[in-house]
Amino acid sequence: MTLMNEPIKRAEIKPKYCRFKKNGIKYIDYKDPDFLMKFINEQGKLLPRRLTGTSWKFQKKVTQAVKRARHIAVLPYLGDALK
Amino acid sequence: MKHYETVFILNPVLSEDQAKDTVEKFVKVLTKAKAQIVNTENWGLKKMAYPIQNKSTGFYNLIEFSASPDTIQTLETEYRRDESVMRFLTIALDKHAVEYNSRRRKGEFNKNKKAATAKKEREEVSA
Repeated sequence: MTLMNEPIKRAEIKPKYCRFKKNGIKYIDYKDPDFLMKFINEQGKLLPRRLTGTSWKFQKKVTQAVKRARHIAVLPYLGDALK
Repeated sequence: MKHYETVFILNPVLSEDQAKDTVEKFVKVLTKAKAQIVNTENWGLKKMAYPIQNKSTGFYNLIEFSASPDTIQTLETEYRRDESVMRFLTIALDKHAVEYNSRRRKGEFNKNKKAATAKKEREEVSA
């Protein structure tokens, strides 16, 4: 038996996209914890761009919004099983 | 004149009236500095994500206003002087934020959320 890598099914890999560009969202509200939850993991850390697909332009705004939300205690600095 | 938004958390030990008076005091500080108040919001006693000064709840208040940049310094000095203010955040708003806030005031986003929660409830009932 020869060792061979399994062929990748290209059709199954969905291309990532930036949800802000796609939906035309221009401002990210730091007062809305439910929305910001999409960009942090269960420890309350920011998710990297490579997982969420957010463009660099909006990742900067997400970061800003999450940090503001943490300051006014809308989001925790460190959490445990947030999701 | 620039657009600003400020959120501050008041000590939960205060009574409702005391909290209201404190908010009015800050509004007065702003109007004295010739700021135009666009919107004030009272979120009431809210649970915080982590304790501040060993308190787990606080009175959240939001003021949106347009003022000259010097005003911020006086406002934040007032915040620091007042012991009942546990936390504050003042940010400058860009044009997208101003548009977003005016839509938020009209309740466009809450409608979506209410619809979403209502839909969820209906699904739960049917399931």
